[in-house]
Amino acid sequence: MSGFVEVKNLTKIFPNGTKALDSLNLSIEQGEFFALLGPSGCGKTTLLRTIGGLEQVTDGEIYIDNTEVTYVEPGDRNIAMVFQDYALYPHMSVEENIGYPLKVRKIEKGLRAERILTAAQALQIQNLMDRKPSQISGGQQQRVAVARAMATRPNLYLFDEPLSNLDARLRLEARTFLKQLQRELGVTTILVTHDQSESLALADRMAVMELGTIRQLGSPAEFFHRPANLFVASFIGSTPMNLLDGKIVNGMVHVGDSHINVPFATKSASEGQNVVLGVRPEYVSVSSPQSGGFTGVVKVLENLGTHYLVSIDCNGLLVRGTVPDGEEPTPGSIISLLPDPKRTLLYDKKSGDLI
Amino acid sequence: MNKTRKRKQKWTLKRTGGRASFWMFTFLIIAFFSTPLLWLVFAPFDLTPRLNIKLPTLSFNNFHEMSQNPYAIHSLLNSLLFSVGTGLLVICVGAPASYALSRVKFVGRDLFLYILLLFSSVVTGTAAMVPIFLLCLNLGLINTFYGVILVMGGGLLPAAIFILKDFTDSTPKSYEESARIFGASSFQILRNIVVPIIRPGLAVIFVWAFVGAWGDFLVPFILIRAPERSPAAVLMYSFYTEGGQAMLTTLAAFALLYTVPVIVMYLYVNKRYGFRFYGGIKG
Repeated sequence: MSGFVEVKNLTKIFPNGTKALDSLNLSIEQGEFFALLGPSGCGKTTLLRTIGGLEQVTDGEIYIDNTEVTYVEPGDRNIAMVFQDYALYPHMSVEENIGYPLKVRKIEKGLRAERILTAAQALQIQNLMDRKPSQISGGQQQRVAVARAMATRPNLYLFDEPLSNLDARLRLEARTFLKQLQRELGVTTILVTHDQSESLALADRMAVMELGTIRQLGSPAEFFHRPANLFVASFIGSTPMNLLDGKIVNGMVHVGDSHINVPFATKSASEGQNVVLGVRPEYVSVSSPQSGGFTGVVKVLENLGTHYLVSIDCNGLLVRGTVPDGEEPTPGSIISLLPDPKRTLLYDKKSGDLI
Repeated sequence: MNKTRKRKQKWTLKRTGGRASFWMFTFLIIAFFSTPLLWLVFAPFDLTPRLNIKLPTLSFNNFHEMSQNPYAIHSLLNSLLFSVGTGLLVICVGAPASYALSRVKFVGRDLFLYILLLFSSVVTGTAAMVPIFLLCLNLGLINTFYGVILVMGGGLLPAAIFILKDFTDSTPKSYEESARIFGASSFQILRNIVVPIIRPGLAVIFVWAFVGAWGDFLVPFILIRAPERSPAAVLMYSFYTEGGQAMLTTLAAFALLYTVPVIVMYLYVNKRYGFRFYGGIKG
């Protein structure tokens, strides 16, 4: 066994027959910030909850720190969890909230006060100690929830969408803060999120799940540059990837009227194969018409701040690219979008896998 | 022109008539319900109380006379014992029961709850009195305080569980799950998290059970034989002269003392928790 958290052939079937996890295998290294990403209903939260012991597994094994914990009570796994709604007890003050787990674990009063203070200082909430959870803001509530988890000194943190209840600006702040905190503590952390940018930003490694299985496992950079299948390709990236149906003819990819060179990264494209060409808008450059690539009429210009997202219509085919601010074409003009051959990917149309 | 004025006149007349009969009706209802209350306030302080309302000739003679009755004050204490006992029993059994019913899903749970509610009124109802009496007789519960408390509590519990379940349902599951991760036992979760959160519900149920037991006549009347153990509601039934005349003097003073604890209790709980029904009672 190698990883700090090992999940082996884990299957979870709910009483109503829903198969939430399908003989899933996963290994998470010590000290790693690991993100589980996927659309709602993909089983990511169920996986987190089975690791936490809140859900009974149907089949398979879970190991934490080389100890099998499959049927161990959640309280005996030495883990801490931060919930989406923070689960702060409304009738307790901030201080009592942070101290409650320590009280349950019968930690002596003096030591308890010391640990509460340390955690509160780390999250800069010392001045809120006497308030009730309803009297502090969402961002502060989140910090209290993290402080409560931290004060228990766990071996493993489980975060269930801890940022999704915050407004957009605060979410960015909390994200940076969370990453910094995890670095300092060096404790293995598993984060569940449906926000791909959150997981790209936070994780050392991540997994994208669909229908109870892992579709891709790797570093955020691998996810961004080389999505392993069409599902992941369409899921990752704040501007959606261009995914265009095509066919290999005479060693070229024919997409609509355009003929594109087979990308450098493609290993096994056979003549006549139906493929999907994938290229991120960020890896497309604009040039004058008829210079190759996709040529079409500029339909829509969307301002993204430093960049513009340009959508062109090449005979019914919509292709998107980003252009730096100030170099954007005028709507209605005809331009060409050239995919970067180093950054272009080909997927098999039938299986959806990268080729 | 003339026609419209006439129509207008007719309409005004109709409206005034409607108004008048509405107020008359309202007044009648108010009078009907407030007369006994006024009697309750005036008669205890009247030297010669009658079954009518008059300004009292101020006197505390009635209270003195009542205190001469060997059982009067003691019966109020008995009532207090029954009511507090019933209230505590309902809360102590109802809270864990509703928590379990709220968290453990099993087939036919809703049906079970509705059947509970249905049978609730049967236990303390008149129809079940003979079997209840026989049951208590065979168990040796006749003439005991806890016999009455058990029967009263048993009758109130199903409805109490039904209402409390709504309160426990409205506490988020994540509260308990986070406590479980921190290592709390089911009992610790109930005591430290669920009970404090549903405390307003528990207060409402306690008052409801207290008032139900305080005002109940039938159950203690049947199960308690000794007058020194009778609660106030039963003792009041014995305030007659040998000639079969109601002893209005004692009765008036006693009736006032009988209502005071309930009112005090309502005021206290209302001040402390407020009678809001939170997420409760959705139907």
